[in-house]
Amino acid sequence: MGVSADRLSARLPGGDGALILAVFLALYAGFGLLGVLLGLDANGLASTLQRITFFAAVYALLALALNLQWGYAGLFNIGVAGFMAVGVYTMAMLTAPTDPGTGGLPGLGLPLPVGIVGGMLAAALVGALAALPALRLKADYLAIVTLALSEIIRIVYNSTSLRTFSIAGVDLGTGGSQGLALPTNPINALFYSDARSPASPPTALGEAAFGLFGAAGVQHTTVVDWTYTLVLVVFVWLFYRLLSRVGNSPFGRVLKAIREDELVARSLGKDTGRFKIKTFMLGCALMGLGGILWQGSQSYVSPNNFLPILTFYIFIALIIGGSGSNTGSVIGGALFVGLLFEGPTFVRRLVAQQIPLGDAPDTFVAAVEPLASLDVTPLLAYALGNLASLRFVLAGVVLVYFVQTRPKGLLGHRKEIAASVDLSERPNRPARADGGERR
Amino acid sequence: MSRAGGTAAVERAAEETETGTEAGPPAARPLRVRNLTKRFGGLTAVDGASFDVEEGSLTGLIGPNGAGKSTTFDCITGVRRPDGGSVHLYGEEITGLPPYAVAERGLVRTFQIARELKEMTVIENVMLAPKDQRGERLWRSVLPGPRRAVIEQERELRERAWETLEFFEIDHLAEEYAGNLSGGQRKLLELARALLTDPHVLLLDEPLAGVNPVLEEKLLGRIHDLRAEGYTFLLVEHDMDVIMNNCERVIVMHQGRVIADDAPAAIMEDERVIDAYLGANV
Repeated sequence: MGVSADRLSARLPGGDGALILAVFLALYAGFGLLGVLLGLDANGLASTLQRITFFAAVYALLALALNLQWGYAGLFNIGVAGFMAVGVYTMAMLTAPTDPGTGGLPGLGLPLPVGIVGGMLAAALVGALAALPALRLKADYLAIVTLALSEIIRIVYNSTSLRTFSIAGVDLGTGGSQGLALPTNPINALFYSDARSPASPPTALGEAAFGLFGAAGVQHTTVVDWTYTLVLVVFVWLFYRLLSRVGNSPFGRVLKAIREDELVARSLGKDTGRFKIKTFMLGCALMGLGGILWQGSQSYVSPNNFLPILTFYIFIALIIGGSGSNTGSVIGGALFVGLLFEGPTFVRRLVAQQIPLGDAPDTFVAAVEPLASLDVTPLLAYALGNLASLRFVLAGVVLVYFVQTRPKGLLGHRKEIAASVDLSERPNRPARADGGERR
Repeated sequence: MSRAGGTAAVERAAEETETGTEAGPPAARPLRVRNLTKRFGGLTAVDGASFDVEEGSLTGLIGPNGAGKSTTFDCITGVRRPDGGSVHLYGEEITGLPPYAVAERGLVRTFQIARELKEMTVIENVMLAPKDQRGERLWRSVLPGPRRAVIEQERELRERAWETLEFFEIDHLAEEYAGNLSGGQRKLLELARALLTDPHVLLLDEPLAGVNPVLEEKLLGRIHDLRAEGYTFLLVEHDMDVIMNNCERVIVMHQGRVIADDAPAAIMEDERVIDAYLGANV
């Protein structure tokens, strides 16, 4: 499949960009078909594709950030969710109003851009805190430290004693297990005169957009959600460009050397510890930003958004795409969301609609028993009824398949040359007078 | 030879003539090792080894298996921290410095088992080596303006890298993944890579082990060329003939100690050396 992906990429004009586009178009075609079969209207279809694109984009963002750490430098960070939480919570706490109404939580009341940068910086600093002691040790210790740290972070945000607190007279709050209100999505302000209320009259742009898409039967919220999703797509492009630059540079060359044999890099005069810390901090900052962009679509954030399973989802996306490849990270994110995350739900809806299966049995035994009389319906109904859990099994099977047969994922076998210039370009040598073979 | 490597050597030679004509103190030795000790639990791998390496020399370090040669190398280059003693590079103490700091000061090593970076191409491997690459700063690699300067420097380095590969006659392999090279070619690659760090002193740990005779000849030829340009070499080698025919001075280690340090002819006659190699009690 990787080879065919390569062939496709070679045949498509535009290379990797076209490959990514092709994957998205294939997903759209697949989900469009499922949607039509399900009998969705125009708004339902637009909303489905928006959902797919949104999740594909956020997983791509996070897989790209993880690829920098794990794919480029071999830094095994299994605390992605924790660094996302730090980014989101710091952003929310910096921007929350200083005098909240009843039930609200106080914050510093800073503007949103400050909050976003602050969230990224906080994630980077927490990353440095985790990495400084752990990077001196072997790679596995970094994994243990980051996993533990991510749980500590989540539990701290969950803690009742930090629901509200004050430092040096400034009131702050994490909201504990009830979570924290997030600042209003600035995209809303483009469409509604009052960004807080979708019921308020639309702005001029909103009027035009709602009119245009409304004629096709697409609802207002879908238009707004699509706009936000497109902003995320722009961020995916920015992440991709940034990380390609990091990779295709002397800095990226040292990272590659660290991944392969750190002692060689050290013996050639590279202070590898500094390279690892910088890489880890940049990756964590991007994870913080990824978390902000993801949760920014919601009005609330709670510690339950950052369970360790999220980190593993991001790993699965990266492993499918191929760690070490930025294009692979984006494609992995899209395929994970399309085929493992959203796909099964749609298939279930379709099957349930097309085949009357009756009530699902309550237990696995009850589902398997009728097999003796060659009746598969109860088992099918049971499987569809428990799809949420089966998704984990499916994810596990895919993970095992990839690790066993394609450990480099779809595109990880492609080795991009780490240099900012084309190394195959040979300097011009004066033609030899004798015209003969050198030496 | 590669232009910049050559220039470095010439500049160094010029500096030395200057200090020489001004009748200053004799330039400090490239490498001075005193009472170097390294213990692993109850075992003393290096037991107070002391020796010097002269400027522009090709010095051999030999000894039976377990004599402590590789551990001595590790202690000099900072891979292992010695338990005692000192190492000076051109008069500056480098004892216990981390490997990158030692390499930055101009002492670079190769490994007994070639450690090429397998999933990087040959040219990528050598491009890793040069010191002070602008693009090793993260922000310079990323920001549009500074990146232009990075690209400019990369072009210069690319030229040097190609020249160095030509010098070692592995330029036809430049775009091959280093993992696909033969044992001998890997050794050539390691030497090429080490050279691109602009070192003054090169420590080669068994550069000829597992190398076929044709490549061995080539490698030795390159080492002699480089020495003629002013590079200083310390060479660990098992093959006695290679050491005796190529080095002007030989240090012999046995059980962690230096037991002889002399010209090859004298070493051949040395009772202690013969005993050490034949296994008699010293």
